[in-house]
Amino acid sequence: MGASQTRPEHKYQDLADKTGFSLEQIKNLSKRFQQLSGNEETISRDNLESIPALANNPIRNEIIGAFFDKRNQHQDAVGSCQEIGFEQFLMVMSHFRPPTLKTTVEEKEAMRKEKLRFLFNMHDTDNDGTITLAEYRKVVEELLSKSDAITKETAEAIADAAMLEVASINVPHMGPDDFYEGITFEHFEEILKGLEMETRMHIRFLDVDTAKMGCGKSTS
Amino acid sequence: MPSRTGSHTPPGIGKSLPERGLLLLVVLVLLPLGAASSPNTNQPGNVDNHNVAVQSYNYTKKAFPVLSLDYHHVSTPFEISLWVLLASLMKLGFHLIPRLSGIVPESCLLIVVGLLVGGLIKLAGEEVPPVLDSNSFFLCLLPPIILDAGYFLPIRPFMENLGTILMFAVVGTLWNAFFVGGVLYAVCQIQPGSPSVLNSIELLPCLLFGSIISAVDPVAVLAVFEEIHINELLHILVFGESLLNDAVTVVLYHLFEEYTGAGTVTLLDCFLGVVSFLVVSLGGVLVGAIYGFLTAFTSRFTSHTRVIEPLFVFVYSYMAYLSAEMFHLSGIMALISCGAVMRPYVEANISHKSHTTIKYFLKMWSSVSETLIFIFLGVATVDGPHSWNWTFVTVTIILCLVSRVIGVVGLTYVINKFRIVKLTTKDQFIVAYGGLRGAIAFSLGFLLEKELFPMREMFLTAIITEIFFTVFVQGMTIKPLVELLAVKKKQEAKRTINEEIHTQFLDHLLTGIEDICGHYGHHHWKDKLNRFNKKYVKKCLIAGERSREPQLIAFYHKMEMKQAIELVESGGGVKLPASIPSTVSMQNIQPKKPPPAKPAERALSQLPKGREEEIRKILRSNLQRTRQRLRSYNRHTLVADPYEDGFGEFVIKTQKMIELEKKIKDMNNYLTVPAAPPDSPTMCRARLASGRGTDFKPAQQQKGNKSSPDPQAYSMKPESGGLPTIQVDLASPQSPDSVSLMDEFKAASKQQQKKKQQEEEDQGLMMKPSGANKPGEEDGGRDQPRRTRCLSDPGPSADEEEDEPFLP
Repeated sequence: MGASQTRPEHKYQDLADKTGFSLEQIKNLSKRFQQLSGNEETISRDNLESIPALANNPIRNEIIGAFFDKRNQHQDAVGSCQEIGFEQFLMVMSHFRPPTLKTTVEEKEAMRKEKLRFLFNMHDTDNDGTITLAEYRKVVEELLSKSDAITKETAEAIADAAMLEVASINVPHMGPDDFYEGITFEHFEEILKGLEMETRMHIRFLDVDTAKMGCGKSTS
Repeated sequence: MPSRTGSHTPPGIGKSLPERGLLLLVVLVLLPLGAASSPNTNQPGNVDNHNVAVQSYNYTKKAFPVLSLDYHHVSTPFEISLWVLLASLMKLGFHLIPRLSGIVPESCLLIVVGLLVGGLIKLAGEEVPPVLDSNSFFLCLLPPIILDAGYFLPIRPFMENLGTILMFAVVGTLWNAFFVGGVLYAVCQIQPGSPSVLNSIELLPCLLFGSIISAVDPVAVLAVFEEIHINELLHILVFGESLLNDAVTVVLYHLFEEYTGAGTVTLLDCFLGVVSFLVVSLGGVLVGAIYGFLTAFTSRFTSHTRVIEPLFVFVYSYMAYLSAEMFHLSGIMALISCGAVMRPYVEANISHKSHTTIKYFLKMWSSVSETLIFIFLGVATVDGPHSWNWTFVTVTIILCLVSRVIGVVGLTYVINKFRIVKLTTKDQFIVAYGGLRGAIAFSLGFLLEKELFPMREMFLTAIITEIFFTVFVQGMTIKPLVELLAVKKKQEAKRTINEEIHTQFLDHLLTGIEDICGHYGHHHWKDKLNRFNKKYVKKCLIAGERSREPQLIAFYHKMEMKQAIELVESGGGVKLPASIPSTVSMQNIQPKKPPPAKPAERALSQLPKGREEEIRKILRSNLQRTRQRLRSYNRHTLVADPYEDGFGEFVIKTQKMIELEKKIKDMNNYLTVPAAPPDSPTMCRARLASGRGTDFKPAQQQKGNKSSPDPQAYSMKPESGGLPTIQVDLASPQSPDSVSLMDEFKAASKQQQKKKQQEEEDQGLMMKPSGANKPGEEDGGRDQPRRTRCLSDPGPSADEEEDEPFLP
């Protein structure tokens, strides 16, 4: 596991094939990884939680959770791990790669699904394939948690309204006895299809050495 | 005839003015809406005759003039009004002709109208008024359009694409100016054969011409792009470019104008030009931002004088524009930044009505200005002394096209290296093809001085031709081309709350990931800015509780409001029985979800008894809210007279109620609520009534009540207290769309009130208006839910009365 220090070039090439990052990007990320882990092979929750910039993020727990969620590793595994190596770290990061000009329509579609799945997994904490009302509420609550004027009820009301919306969009003709159990992935896709996730959910991974640019160090 | 001569006696200008006015009126009549305008025609005619008569009196004996005409006195405003009237009637006319607007863009039609009017004036032997002179254009016609654009600028896409826009606006415009100017100069020199006028043109005038002609015009772009409904990205690219290139144009224009006088350009001048560009653009933005913050700050204190609230927005913006122009800074950029900066804060401060006013005034002013500009363009074309030179004009048009295409393709090549969402070939084509020129170019050309530029007429002709070419040829073909190329169109779908939640979620997520990656990207800085805004700026600029309202909540308020309006609209407009099962709208669908009584175990475990309590709570707060909202809205406009409706409807009402009763029996089966408590149908219905929107939190509301800074929401007029009034408190500023519904809303709610009252009387419920309405919002007492429920839901409201006791 993790980025082997001894033969990085070869190792990186594998990773690049797997994740789609360029070698430069992988190098940068691996530097950052070591920064975060304190030169360990693996990274733990504590490592991530200690990032000062994250402290103000209302969904910090979700974000950190996503890194330790096995579902985000492009494998069929389920559950969460305590520590992740560099490869897993990259795998999670790879969800945030931007599409390129060369990306075909099918690839874009796949990318979109993948990104949506990542989001979905962040919401679906118990991994039962649906986002239940309780889960949705929790998310909204956390989203609003940084503004002091908001009570729990507000968040709940908004989550309820959102849930209603999902139900009414996806199952417009529910029988009187039907109960909308939660947002399935298909429904999730449906409600977010207007957001163009494939182009929006990305960050810029630097191709150049972050240390030279003086950015990388300042965070930690 | 003495009368004839009499009318001609007044001195020169005075003579021509009345006739010009008359002529305009004649034109008005000739054009489609003869009927509408005919009353106007008679009037001046009569006055004119009177005038003649009175004047002859004056000559003979000095009787007291019973009626006298002094057209000169009012001529300017009179003519202005005539023009505005003409413009508005034209606009009206186009939309009455059904298929026309689908084929030809409005701007083209308006230019044609202008040509016709100009032609008629000319035919009548009058001199065409210099309608489109630069002063009136830059000081009166342009600002409303730009302010409208700036105020309603979609900030998010604009900022996301700022780099690209700036690239096009600055580098692209520079390139266009120099390419067109340079090549044009070359062509003029090369020209073979006998010496022609063109050979005498120098380089600087050519460059000046290039800089005038190269700027994409926001007015023309807006006029065309609004009609083709192109996707947001392309729209903001072309439109943003047209706005931001103003600074470049201003600087280039002044630069070249200056140097044409001086004759030579040194390197230092070039350097100063660059500095000047920075000063002009950044200075414009700064001036705008300062005024924007001033507006926001002022609007913080307007809560007691709502009437003049909208005025601040207009006046401050105009001041920003004028201040910027005063220093030759970019007025357009000042307006844009002023509008964009003030909007979020102003909207949080002002009342809903003021917001509607602002919206409508801006739209009205901008559309009238736009119409006038195009008409004037047509008139000016007829008017101007033209000097048509085939070579010059043809070369200009071709060069403009070529340089635009090269510029866009070249720049996109560079930009695409940095962009995440690449611009495809189609996009590039539309961006290039959408580069319309317009009245700004004409006005700038008009400003040229004849002494310095002997070629002024030729320039003007070429500019007009180029404008006509872009507006007519490109403007008319761009729509079919967009369809042919299957360029993505704008999605009309309104934003859902889920999308809003996830947009925010995504923002935080991406910020978080960036932080983990350890580099500061866009999201990081955006997040910082937001935090700063929330922490300090909002506190200063926004009054009361709203400053702490997060975006999601604000959005939620808006949606809620929209829904409430829709609801009342659908509920109040349609007769009661139809409203329950058949309407397609949200309200009917949604309630099916909250009672998730399905025997499934999941459901039970997930929705415990607490759920019911919760519904109750939500409901109560909703009702309370609804009531407040309903009430404040109607404070001025609508105080229903309980007896105004007589007994006529009473019979109908009773019938309806019987029907309703049946309906509600059905509903009991229909909405399966766990354990079917006696009051559950009510709650479901009420919930249905209030729609998902109203599932709202009491927390904020109550807080708001205590501090109660917003008189809109909380001030109760004693006299209105006696009557059940409906008011809508805009918890937060409306999204523009919803406002348009207000009228229906009003109507609907009025109806409901009547119904309501009658139902009450009918049932003998003690609904003493005075008692019920007096209590402040704090007493979320039983009266309130009852009343509001009824008010908000005309449908089942009759029955809800019965359930009332169950609602604590």
